[in-house]
Amino acid sequence: MSATPVSLTQSARKGRRELKNVVATTLIVGSFLVALIPLTFIVIYVFQRGASILSWSFLTEDLPFSNRREGGGIYPAIIGTLVITGAATAMAVPLGILGGIYLNEYGGPGIFARIVRFLADVMTGVPSIVMGLFIYTIWVLPRKQSGLSGFAGALALGCLMLPIVIRTTEEILKLVPDELREGSYALGTRKAQTIRRVVFPSAAPGIISGALLGIARVAGETAPLLFTIGVVSVANFNVFEGSNTALPPQIYTNANTFGGFDAAQDRAWGMALALILIVFLFTLIARIVTTIYTRRSTAV
Amino acid sequence: MTDTATATTRFGGLTTTREESAWQGPDEAPPEEPAAEDKPERAREIIFELAGVEVQYSGVTAVTGVTIEIAANEITAFIGPSGCGKTTVLRSLNRMHDITPGAEVLGKVTYHGQDLYGSKVDPAEVRRRIGMVFQKPNPFPKSVYDNVAYGPRINGTKRSEIDDRVERALNQAALWDEVHGKLRKSALALSGGQQQRLCIARCLAVEPDVILMDEPCSALDPIATARIEDLMDELKNQYTIVIVTHNMQQAARVSDRTAFFTAEVDDAGHRRGRLIEYDVTETIFTHPSDPRTEGYITGRFG
Repeated sequence: MSATPVSLTQSARKGRRELKNVVATTLIVGSFLVALIPLTFIVIYVFQRGASILSWSFLTEDLPFSNRREGGGIYPAIIGTLVITGAATAMAVPLGILGGIYLNEYGGPGIFARIVRFLADVMTGVPSIVMGLFIYTIWVLPRKQSGLSGFAGALALGCLMLPIVIRTTEEILKLVPDELREGSYALGTRKAQTIRRVVFPSAAPGIISGALLGIARVAGETAPLLFTIGVVSVANFNVFEGSNTALPPQIYTNANTFGGFDAAQDRAWGMALALILIVFLFTLIARIVTTIYTRRSTAV
Repeated sequence: MTDTATATTRFGGLTTTREESAWQGPDEAPPEEPAAEDKPERAREIIFELAGVEVQYSGVTAVTGVTIEIAANEITAFIGPSGCGKTTVLRSLNRMHDITPGAEVLGKVTYHGQDLYGSKVDPAEVRRRIGMVFQKPNPFPKSVYDNVAYGPRINGTKRSEIDDRVERALNQAALWDEVHGKLRKSALALSGGQQQRLCIARCLAVEPDVILMDEPCSALDPIATARIEDLMDELKNQYTIVIVTHNMQQAARVSDRTAFFTAEVDDAGHRRGRLIEYDVTETIFTHPSDPRTEGYITGRFG
């Protein structure tokens, strides 16, 4: 072997660098697996315990009059979850998206926008049970018995969702390149038109993801519903009137039934599975809709 | 003397070998060209007048001392080194600075005799008449058709006329033949040169009077650049074009008049742009009156 003036082979540092690479890769893959373990166990366990209970009659029958009775279904809780989460979404998502648009497109670094941003961050940090108590105090108590309704629960869930939607919308809008806004302005369009026709459609998939995140987060909330919606054993489609019920508080009360009553335990597992499936289904539908919408508007 | 030879002498070494020289001197304009007849009649209709224009960003002057007149149906080029304020001046012509926080235009800019920054002037209306093509192609993430139809739709063009408008604009931008089969495809799937011509078509679809071009070819290869230069030459019969370019040969090839800007650093260390010279392109490139212009075009600095 002759000595070459230029060495293209790797130096002695090669070993250390490769070692670092292996260590880092191992740590990352390891963390991923560790994070996966609880998720997998939850899903598998809930399926195992819940699947045997889940049946057509379980999904479509009214709740038993008491948790300590056997039989019955969870239909009212499913309906409650759907209408309450739906009402919360209908209130919080449009408002949150408009808020996010205001913060990024109009407010910018202004003092009012900074205050709104700060309050949204504070609101994100409020524990859900405190939000429930807040609604209980300002909405339910003044109305006495008629205060307990799906709407009161929806208010609490909406308050939890709102800051999430505002902040994700703002973050997504920040990613829309200014060149697109300038390109639109240069054609003689006004600010509102530019936002509606160019900025928002470009950001829509991300904004919808943000809204979904908010919905999925609140659909499983128990605490804010415990003292705002009351309880019923028959389905109540009316959000505004009468007590209601939902899957999370039903899971809570059934699982907590004194003495570990087997039928109630099973019912809780079945409802947990139903809740997971509902959230999953909803996410899936929203994803498909977003994909179709994006395809149409960008027509790739 | 052939055109090429003429061009070579005229540019004094900055050769342009393209046969169709961008400007027509009185002696070389082909007699059958209709423009030659009405040329004296419509010669030099001044549409933009800038008097002592200065642009500041958050109180810091970016460019100052700009006094020029821009004539209709001409191509006016702004050249100069980076940071000399060419783009800044260009953006003051259609009030694009309005959307930049902290930017302020001082001095007077008039368009057809009206103060462009007057209190009653609607910036959206200004930009509808004075369109802009940007340095980086910026098609919207929509279909080719929707990109071009965007401006007409916003400006309330009748639904039935939009198809025609789109086809006409794409034809004018020399893009129709390449895209007429994929109007529904995403504009982002086009090549860079096609995207830039799409942006030109998008601008033309609004039927503006003036097109401002901010280094429209800097991201394009020579073939795409040549196509856009040819296009500008055709468009100047109908439109007034103001182009910012880093490429001196491009300015020499396409423009009728050239403004040379440079950047100077003051005692406080602030860098600010200044207009040095504005004249017929031929004069700028052959007998510049300022040594700084000569230095720049001969490559001694910048």
